[in-house]
Order: sequence, then structure tokens, then C-alpha cells
Amino acid sequence: MIDFDYRAPTTLEEALDLLHQHGEDARPIAGGTALVILMKQRLVQPKLIVSLRRIPTLEQLRADNGLLRLGATVTHRTVETAPLVRERWPLLAETFRHVATVRIRNMATVGGGVVHGDPNQDPPPALLVLEARARLRSLAGEREVPLTEFFRDYYETAIQPGEILTEVLVPAPPPRAGWAWVKFLPRTADDYATVSVACLLTLEDGTDRCQEVRLALGSAGTTPIRARAVEAALRGERLTPERLREAAQLVAGEVDPISDFRGSAEYKRDMAVVWTRRALEQALARARA
Amino acid sequence: MEQTIRLRVNGQEHELRVRPRRLLVDLLRYDLGLTGTKEGCSVGVCGACTVLMNGKNIASCITPAVFADGAEITTIEGLAQDGRLHPLQQAFIDYGGFQCGICTPGQIMAAKALLDTNPHPTEEEIKEWMMGNLCRCTGYYKILDSIKAVAGSAP
Repeated sequence: MIDFDYRAPTTLEEALDLLHQHGEDARPIAGGTALVILMKQRLVQPKLIVSLRRIPTLEQLRADNGLLRLGATVTHRTVETAPLVRERWPLLAETFRHVATVRIRNMATVGGGVVHGDPNQDPPPALLVLEARARLRSLAGEREVPLTEFFRDYYETAIQPGEILTEVLVPAPPPRAGWAWVKFLPRTADDYATVSVACLLTLEDGTDRCQEVRLALGSAGTTPIRARAVEAALRGERLTPERLREAAQLVAGEVDPISDFRGSAEYKRDMAVVWTRRALEQALARARA
Repeated sequence: MEQTIRLRVNGQEHELRVRPRRLLVDLLRYDLGLTGTKEGCSVGVCGACTVLMNGKNIASCITPAVFADGAEITTIEGLAQDGRLHPLQQAFIDYGGFQCGICTPGQIMAAKALLDTNPHPTEEEIKEWMMGNLCRCTGYYKILDSIKAVAGSAP
């Protein structure tokens, strides 16, 4: 790594001041599990690193009127193990539990993961189906961006220079929602997914008719992808095995995977269909239970 | 550019001047001479550099040393007490938990973090926790046996 200056302010205001003064030369850091590697590879060469690790207000995890508020520097391990998350947002606890290894989850943060904007990450599809929002602060003020509009391209998000993501806000899943999160891992257990799928699904009372369904994929394009065509084909329909199979086929037209050492684009497209069907089946089974 | 940091390593206080780019693994090995901690992949994947920061297992190869300002660090050198090996160290000897030995400090530190939070893990819990610590001699069964012996897990 090349040399850089390091500051660890204790208030958000100081951190925002530093980012504002130094513009593109400065980068915030939290767990460092992504940024340090990018710096070692000299893909990113900031002159100033502003640590958010000593800002207590960013470390809070709490529920507020059914809204889960995840502070930017809450670690993956904390999300995975928090009883509140396990009980009321089991989809999130399950997803965060499968990110990399315990050693990484002890450092990697919720906010860091979201602003990293890597489409291969596990939490974003789960956050998308929960319709989570990013809360962003700058010296100019504050704004909220739904995650469906936050991810723009490979490693590119809606966050602007001088802005800090302070919280990820996660609404409660709909009552009696069935959920699923599946991750296709043909290589090693700590790898990024070849394809991953998150799903939330509710049924009309006592029937197999789909009331609401939300589905999103990771590792399937340049951003995490919400599969709207699959959702539209299922909403209001009776969820027979054939119907799930037909709807899952539609995901092939919504993903845009790249060929890499985890598989060719064609293979990943086929796997997106298979794992979408499996996610739908699992979510349906949970919704019936 | 250099900064002063204060940290406790294996119970001993240190005050050091470091550049922000100094990584924790290098601070331990070169500034403090604690070469038990190994660097393998340098990108947080292999687990050889595992140490405990405030009781939690972390990858010291991707952790800036400045993150450890005010922290308590435990390395493999901190486990033996009064000339007696830690039970995990003894078990790795008794059950043949290492071959070439490069991954062993990381394996033992990861296992210690597990047993500190969950003293009697099941075999599945041990496997899930230890999944990120690679052994290129592939001696995984003996590593599992060593940890199970200390954890008192059902076989």
C-alpha cells in the first residue's frame, strides 16, 4: 500500500468536514475488509482515510416502530447474531451468516458492504426484497435512497463525494411472509456466490394464491437485480409447481451475468433459473407453514 | 504522517509510532518480534494471520495497525501460561492437529475464539466456524479431532 494520512474522528460532523475538505482524495473506512484489499492492489489510492470506527452513533442496531435501523458500522457478525434480527428479520440473519467467514464478518460492516457496490455480495438481494433504504448524510443535508435505486453499476452506487451512509433502514417483512435465501456455491463454502437468490412471498389467507412476492438476485449482473418479471407473473396467481417453474424461466431475461472463473454467462443464466425456482419453492413452503 | 498508538498485546502494554499503512500482522511480526502469527494469502482468505482483537478473531493481514489503537490483541504467543501450553495447543500436539505448521497459529486462535464464545460446540458448529482457516497439507480431520477433544464434543 502507498502511504496515506489517517484520521479517526469521534463525531459524524467531523468526518463529514474531513470528507468535504479533501473531496475525491479522501475515503471513509469502517471494517476495511474491502477497501484495504483494493488499496493493497492499488486499485484505490486515497491520500486520506477517514475512519468511522470511533463514531458511536453509527454503531447502533435497533428496531423503531417495526423498522430495523442498522447503523453503518454495525458488523455482519452483529446482524447475524442479534436476537432481534433472528426473530423478526430471519432472512437477514440467514444471509449475513453466510458472508465469507466469521473472521471477515467480525470486521465487515453493513454500510461498508452496501457502498462497496459489488454485485457478488450476499446481503444486497435480501435487502432489496425487504425494500430497505440507505440514509445518506453530507454537509448539505440528509437524504434517503431506496436500495432499488442505489446500485448503479459495478462498484458504482448513488452515493456522492462528501456523503456518508449512516444507516440502512429495513422495513419489517409482510405478516406471515415466507422467505428464502439460496446461494449456489460450487467451489468453496466461503466463496462469493455463482448466483444467489432472495425471496419473500405471502399467500392470500388459507389459499395457495400469491398475494405478494419479491425476488432479487446477486452475482447475476453488474448490480444486484430485482426480478420484476418473475414477480409480475406470480402475483395473484395460484402457486402450482408448474406455475413456479414457468415464472422462474422469466428470470433468464432479467439477469445479465458476466463470464468469469465461477462460470460462463450462459451457465450462470441457466443457474439463475434453477435457483430462482428453488428459492420460490422454499419461500412458498415457509409461507404455508 | 506517523501516529502514536497504544495497545495491549498478550497482556503487555505497548506504545508505538506507526505509519497508517502499517498492517497489524507486520506490526506484530516486525515491530514486536511476534513471528508466531503468519502471513499467507495477504487478502484475508486463508486464516494464517488470525489473531484476536478484543476477543474476536480477525485477519491481521487486512487490518491497519491503527485500528488496534486502544485494543487488546491476543496472538499465539499469549496462550501458554507459566510454561504450560494452552489446552488447544496441547490437543493439537496430542491429536496430530498440524503437519507443516504454517496454518497452526491461525487455526488455534480461531478455535480459541470459538470456544471462548461457545465452549461446547457441535461438530457442525466447529466445521462452520473453522471453514475459513485453510490447511494446505489438508489435515482437516486431525484439526477437527484436536478441537473436539478440548470442546468435549460428542464424536
